[in-house]
Amino acid sequence: MTDTDLGIAPPESQLRAVWAQFRKHKGAMIGLIILVLLVIFSIFGPMVWNPEKLSVAEALKLKNKPPALAYPMGTDQLGRDVMQRMMYAGRVSLAVGFVAMVIAIVLGTTIGIIAGYFKRLDGWLMRLTDLFLALPLIPLLLVMVMLFRDRMAGVLGPEGGAFVLIVFAIGVTSWMHAARIVRGEVLALKEREYVLASRAIGATSRRVILRHILPNVISPVMVAATLGVAEAIITESVLSFLGLGFPPDFPTWGRILFEGLEYITLYPERVIFPGLAISLTVLSVNLIGDGLRDALDPRIRGR
Amino acid sequence: MLDAHPAPLVQVEDLKMYFPIYTGVLRTQTGNVKAVDGVSFQITAGQTLGLVGESGCGKSTVGRAMLRLYEPTAGRVLIDGEDVAKMAPEALRRKRPSMQMVFQDPQASLNPRMTLAGIVSEPMDEHTDWSREKKTERVYELMDQVGLNRRFVNRYPHEFSGGQRQRIGIARALALNPRFIVCDEPIAALDVSIQAQVVNLLEDLQEKLGLTYLFISHDLSMVRHLAQKVAVMYLGRIAELSPSRDLYARPLHPYAEALLSAVNEPDPVLAARRNRIILTGDVPSPANPPKGCNFCTRCPKVMDICRSVKPELAEVEPGRLVACHLYTTQADAGSAGATEAKERNQQGVSQ
Repeated sequence: MTDTDLGIAPPESQLRAVWAQFRKHKGAMIGLIILVLLVIFSIFGPMVWNPEKLSVAEALKLKNKPPALAYPMGTDQLGRDVMQRMMYAGRVSLAVGFVAMVIAIVLGTTIGIIAGYFKRLDGWLMRLTDLFLALPLIPLLLVMVMLFRDRMAGVLGPEGGAFVLIVFAIGVTSWMHAARIVRGEVLALKEREYVLASRAIGATSRRVILRHILPNVISPVMVAATLGVAEAIITESVLSFLGLGFPPDFPTWGRILFEGLEYITLYPERVIFPGLAISLTVLSVNLIGDGLRDALDPRIRGR
Repeated sequence: MLDAHPAPLVQVEDLKMYFPIYTGVLRTQTGNVKAVDGVSFQITAGQTLGLVGESGCGKSTVGRAMLRLYEPTAGRVLIDGEDVAKMAPEALRRKRPSMQMVFQDPQASLNPRMTLAGIVSEPMDEHTDWSREKKTERVYELMDQVGLNRRFVNRYPHEFSGGQRQRIGIARALALNPRFIVCDEPIAALDVSIQAQVVNLLEDLQEKLGLTYLFISHDLSMVRHLAQKVAVMYLGRIAELSPSRDLYARPLHPYAEALLSAVNEPDPVLAARRNRIILTGDVPSPANPPKGCNFCTRCPKVMDICRSVKPELAEVEPGRLVACHLYTTQADAGSAGATEAKERNQQGVSQ
């Protein structure tokens, strides 16, 4: 066996191939750069940009300033520096968006695959999905937050409790679309001959799902996931706006946006900056999802 | 044909595969699609049984039910003395390596997201605890056996041609040294030059590894080339089961006769003289087959008895089993059998 070394390359090489293809995808790289910049802005921004603390009287004199060198994004109606608030808000909004998306996608994909693959559970799980889809979302979230906020706050502190609660609430109320898409895909995939071949080999259902079904439902899941991030960020801001999310003085992009809404005619920049941040996040995640989907598909990767 | 009878490796007895039909608001079962309705045959070790018939007659279902890819409704499938049809799941899993399948569409039977190495070593991942090196070694060995270049090992299915993909499918089926392989129309999706390559490969492998095949096909000339015995199926039942030489020389069942008359004749002189038997009408629905013989609605030699009594598969000549009243009913047995080869058209009209 002299030519064995031509053989099966170690698994890293596949990751490397995925990365190589990903880098070729212009949109995905732009998205990645934007996202990294947003993350740097939120995480490391406050360390660099640290305006001095002002007393209430001093701050009130500086309220509603337009963007200037001293305040790149202006100040709000209480004289707080908007850029600093945007930085802190970014941490929360990005975290909420991604964690809620991961919860929703994991839940949705799991339920979708189980419903699609096991005929016996299909009816039950899909009726459950319909049930969740039929529930009016906002009242449900309100009830959940009302019931559990104090208890969570007692365990994890007001901010931590609110974070866990919001992320969980958004996650469990937005998995349905992913589940439906995945189920449809699985129903088609499980009749494919390679799944039959795998069963003829004697593979267990778990192995068939992990080896054949899951990798092939990646693309619709990616699409659902990228849309999910945007939706989660917006839903969080809705909740905060209704007074059921984070405490009022705790900044998130959605909250800054809603606070600015009152002053939109006088100070449009108050709305533009948080809106831009949310849009950029959504855009970058979409682009990354697109590139990832292409990079993970060997048929496209070969080109 | 005259050899002593060695024990058959595969024995199918009265295999039935019904798919229930549910209708109405309450999804009550209102009937069955009788895809396979009482099929029996045997395959001697190291030989090939061809299974032919038109589309939708249940050929593939027989193959799949035999490997328990479907749960058979009734019947026994003895492979190497063990009844696969009633095996417990874990025992069945351990039995799987000895019976494998080659699929029709090589494009659909390979996972587009796995490399050749991944696909061919999947059976080993399931059934062995070999080290990575040993699996790699075996993958190379299999690739050599089916004639694939070793450099292709990290490629994906879409990078191969149809014939190469089918070779990958065959390599996967061979990975665990099976004794019995169901070839479910393995050449139907390939073009003619590649068909010959794949069939020759299957033949070579049979010779080298002593494999037993059930070769499902609608390509009658390929079956003739490959199979020692041929079963002709019509609407879920076997119409005729004969040694291939006898069947092609002188088909007994009227359906087999009609089917074989459709085989192209390369010699133009003979082709001009050949009598095509063109069947009229459609295949009846397998959900609602005729009361008597399944073929009675289209048979050119139909008799009254055919419409009321289902003929059983019976040995009418040594080694030849036919399910037709022409041969089992006393009055017709002698004359019809002898004359039908020449006077088929007249007989068809006279009935």
